[in-house]
Amino acid sequence: MNLSLLIIIPLLTALLVLFGRGLKQVRVISLAGALLQLGISVWLLLLYWQTRTSGNNEAMLFVQNHAWFAELGIHYHIGVDGISIAMILLTASVVVAGILVSWNETNMSKEFFFLLLLLSMGAYGFFISLDLFTLFFFLEVAVIPKFLLIGVWGSGKKEYSAMKLALMLMAGSALVFVGMMGVYQQTHSFDIMAIAKMHIPLEVQKIFFPFAFLGFGIFAALFPFHTWVPDGHASAPTAASMFLAGISMKLGGYGCLRVATFLMPDAAHAYSWIIILLATIAIIYGAFATMMQTDLKYINAYSSVSHCGFVILGIGMLTETSINGAVLQMVSHGLMTALFFAAIGMIYTRTHTRMVAQLGGLLKVMPFISTVFVIAGLCSLGLPGFSGFVAEMTVFMGSWQNPNGWYRLATILACASIVVTAVYILRAAGKTIMGPTGETHQQLSDASWNEKLAAGILIVGIVLMGVAPFLINQLIGTGVGTIMQQVGNVITQK
Amino acid sequence: MSNYSYLYWIPLLPLATFLVLGMFGRKYLSPISGMLGTLSLAGSTLISLFAANQYFFVDGKMNGVYQKITAFRFTWLTFSPNVSIDMSVIVDPISVMMLVVVTFVSLMVHVFSLGYMKGEKRFATYYAFLSLFTFSMLGLVLAGNIFQIYIFWELVGVSSFLLIGFYFEKPSAVAASKKAFIVTRFADLGFLIGILILAFYGKTLDIGVLVERLTSVQSPEYLGIAGAGFLGISVLSWGLSLVFIGGAGKSAMFPLHIWLPDAMEGPTPVSALIHAATMVVAGVYLVARLFPIFSMDVSVMHLITYVGVFSALFAAIIACTQTDIKRVLAYSTMSQIGYMMFALGISHQTGESGLGYMASMFHLFTHAFFKSLLFLGAGAVIHLVHSNDMKDMGGLRKWMPITHMAFLVGCLAISGIPPFAGFFSKEEILTAAFHNSPFVYGIALFTAGLTAFYMFRLYFSIFWKKEASHAYTHGEGTLTMKIPLVILTILAAGAGLLPFSRWVTADGISMETHTDLLFSAIPVSFTALAILLAMYWYKNENDKPARFASMAGGWYRAAHRKFYVDEIYLFVTGKILFPLVGRPIAWFDKNIVDGCMNLLATLTARFSSLIKRWQSGSVQNYALYFFGGIAALAVLFIYLWK
Repeated sequence: MNLSLLIIIPLLTALLVLFGRGLKQVRVISLAGALLQLGISVWLLLLYWQTRTSGNNEAMLFVQNHAWFAELGIHYHIGVDGISIAMILLTASVVVAGILVSWNETNMSKEFFFLLLLLSMGAYGFFISLDLFTLFFFLEVAVIPKFLLIGVWGSGKKEYSAMKLALMLMAGSALVFVGMMGVYQQTHSFDIMAIAKMHIPLEVQKIFFPFAFLGFGIFAALFPFHTWVPDGHASAPTAASMFLAGISMKLGGYGCLRVATFLMPDAAHAYSWIIILLATIAIIYGAFATMMQTDLKYINAYSSVSHCGFVILGIGMLTETSINGAVLQMVSHGLMTALFFAAIGMIYTRTHTRMVAQLGGLLKVMPFISTVFVIAGLCSLGLPGFSGFVAEMTVFMGSWQNPNGWYRLATILACASIVVTAVYILRAAGKTIMGPTGETHQQLSDASWNEKLAAGILIVGIVLMGVAPFLINQLIGTGVGTIMQQVGNVITQK
Repeated sequence: MSNYSYLYWIPLLPLATFLVLGMFGRKYLSPISGMLGTLSLAGSTLISLFAANQYFFVDGKMNGVYQKITAFRFTWLTFSPNVSIDMSVIVDPISVMMLVVVTFVSLMVHVFSLGYMKGEKRFATYYAFLSLFTFSMLGLVLAGNIFQIYIFWELVGVSSFLLIGFYFEKPSAVAASKKAFIVTRFADLGFLIGILILAFYGKTLDIGVLVERLTSVQSPEYLGIAGAGFLGISVLSWGLSLVFIGGAGKSAMFPLHIWLPDAMEGPTPVSALIHAATMVVAGVYLVARLFPIFSMDVSVMHLITYVGVFSALFAAIIACTQTDIKRVLAYSTMSQIGYMMFALGISHQTGESGLGYMASMFHLFTHAFFKSLLFLGAGAVIHLVHSNDMKDMGGLRKWMPITHMAFLVGCLAISGIPPFAGFFSKEEILTAAFHNSPFVYGIALFTAGLTAFYMFRLYFSIFWKKEASHAYTHGEGTLTMKIPLVILTILAAGAGLLPFSRWVTADGISMETHTDLLFSAIPVSFTALAILLAMYWYKNENDKPARFASMAGGWYRAAHRKFYVDEIYLFVTGKILFPLVGRPIAWFDKNIVDGCMNLLATLTARFSSLIKRWQSGSVQNYALYFFGGIAALAVLFIYLWK
């Protein structure tokens, strides 16, 4: 299969959108493109699985490698493993759902959908890149649309939020760039798989690992560089929030894993205590900060900080199970948080408020949307049957395998966050969904078909992962295996 | 040995009902949803009864020992090569016994609800949630993997949450459902960490293997977990205590019991099923399931004993002062579970010394019937009176003769009057306590008296006391409400006569128990006295209880206010956790972390506006910099050259 299709389709769709006339054409084109992409992603999954089961044990499949700037060693080098496929499927589902919830975006709809598709193209390119430079290029492609989406279509203090988000992510990119250059200067290569086979001296790793990890960490809401998350999400339009939390933050986690940890594993071992410390703070701190929020979007944004902490924690623990858990958590959180933002958006378009105190008893007037909200909430608090449980438990089990006593303490603290999560989720759901219905909210309508479909796609993903985790676990396992060959098992090292 | 793999149909039927009713019930199936749920559960019940017959009477026994069979296993999630979550079906005496109890009581509740919930707008949703609960509970019962228990543990928790909050427009119901979920979640945290510990040292999540490894003193796993220590306590004790905390939370043991009385906000049949007969005994079941490992650690067994016996007494005292009939029953549930818990705590693994284990399971079995009977009876009363408060009741025996008889039998059973069911099981518990620790026996005996007192206080206040003040428009309720009452009455009266000890024991070897008249004389006469006292005080309207209450003064008030445990929790969360942890963190994030970022941005802007002036575009300025630079370099050059 030609992987470039994954970049070409969104690009073509985005260009076609520019020629579309009016909202009706634009949204149909966008949806068609996104659905096609989702179909191709599923097909890719099947093909990948078929190739693997027929005994192909190459680390990366469907590889293409073309020189781009030959004299600098920059190649257009793409390929996929289990991790990338999981991320691609996540992206494709969130994109379809995001387009569906923006079905009635009348304000400059052409530009809006164009930017959404451009953003998704950046993400797809990022997840399939095997060349550091290509990867960086797509990372940047995914940043700029966010700035515009929030700045133009956002609400509240949108200029401030857009600026803050863009500047912080740019700073993250700059750090990534420094780290990347450090690796390049040492190895004279941008080829990720080739660099992995070379040994970068520990001293060099120790200098450039923090740049790469922190840089991607900013994308993944690493404490204390998470402050773009709450404001950015709160100001963004619904679809942009979904893309931000569902896709964009995953670029960070994926980068931390694929670039920082994979290429500089010795430094990852050396610095693991800092990573774990920051992750644990993010988990606990994010959870408590969420508890004090009063705006639904802020609640979900801060809880994202907490949940993304599990991704970083899993990576920092450096056991096979924990890294597996980190990837699972990325997928799970992407689906769950997109669903959450979609539900919040649906509530907001009807009630014109996101303040928990002004809402109540929505279950009575909009049972479907309320059920979606509750499902997202239950997934967030790690209820079995939904993806969150599988991911969190894998992170916990994996983290506990690391025999360091302090890391065990970190694991226990991370586990403790599930109680705090339950508190804030139930408080939010108890107030908005349950209780007496407000006077002014008695006549509101329930979800329309496009909203139902959007929620349905995400819920299918969440439930599938929660009920049959062995499927995705096997898929991811093939990719994590490659990374573990590089990282080595922390237990055997001791 | 026959194949028991068909047992997975028992949980799958309610799961299918849940999915069908959850997705299509509200719109399309509302009128028939009750029948649908009941029929599918009847199927599960029949399979359970068939399996129980097969196991206990046909082929469960091998060489005189009831076997532990893993009838079905499916790897659900692999963590590492040896450690995986398997969905399994385990067949042993306690799981088969629980299957019967859960499906049967659930069926009774399903039937009862046909009448009780009639006309409810969310009728289909109600049955969907009931099915979800039944599925989860059955999955828990059949679990052969400790993580599988945890999964279904959480699922019963959420079903309980959904059903307590069923009347979601009532703020008190919403608050109660949240409280139930969060308190048990807090306890589950202990369970989870306990699992992490046990799984790490035992190198497996499979209960059978885990038991095998952690009970043989020579195995490397046992030496590892018992040898390692933390804060002077062995890791084994830590792990088991943490698991027990999970069980204590679900089973409403002190001090994690505060959610149970509030959980009575749910529909009454739900209270009968979840908060009396099945889910709340999950903690007891968990300890029984891991009993061989627990019995390796004396200190944890003591913990279980004292938590159990204290909870039994504590709840019984509170129950004497409550006026909400469902709350009285809730505290009595907590008290009876305390009995089951400490009976496990004082038990051993083998032979005669395993009496406590048998007695605990026996009490769990009989309690399920008489307590669900009492709750359904209370439900029928509430259905008629439209109030939970016993002050609004009185003289109801004339209005509802069947319920009256049912309730009376339930009260006699729970009080332990022969030959009703509770007598036999409680008798075994008291015998086990007597042989083990006089202190525990004393408290258990006293609690038995209290039990009889508060139950008959309830009985007389509802059915006797004053004459019914106003005429009720309808009678006892529908036929579907009466049938379960009658069936459960028969069981509450007769279930104790079953030779339970032949079937369920700690080591699988049948045990003969005998009722010792001399031994029974003391507890039975003690309870009879307590019943007489209740009759003297509550059969007719008088001011004796009030006078006694004012005499007891502060003690009475403390018990009436449930010994202020709720207030302590409120203090910790409302005065410490929220204002002293949550708020500072939110403030810190808004002002310090965000502030630093904004400061950085401001400084950058300032700095750029500072250096912006250097690029003024005027040639004179550039010339000035140019020549200034040359001059500076020249000075530097000359200085260095020297």
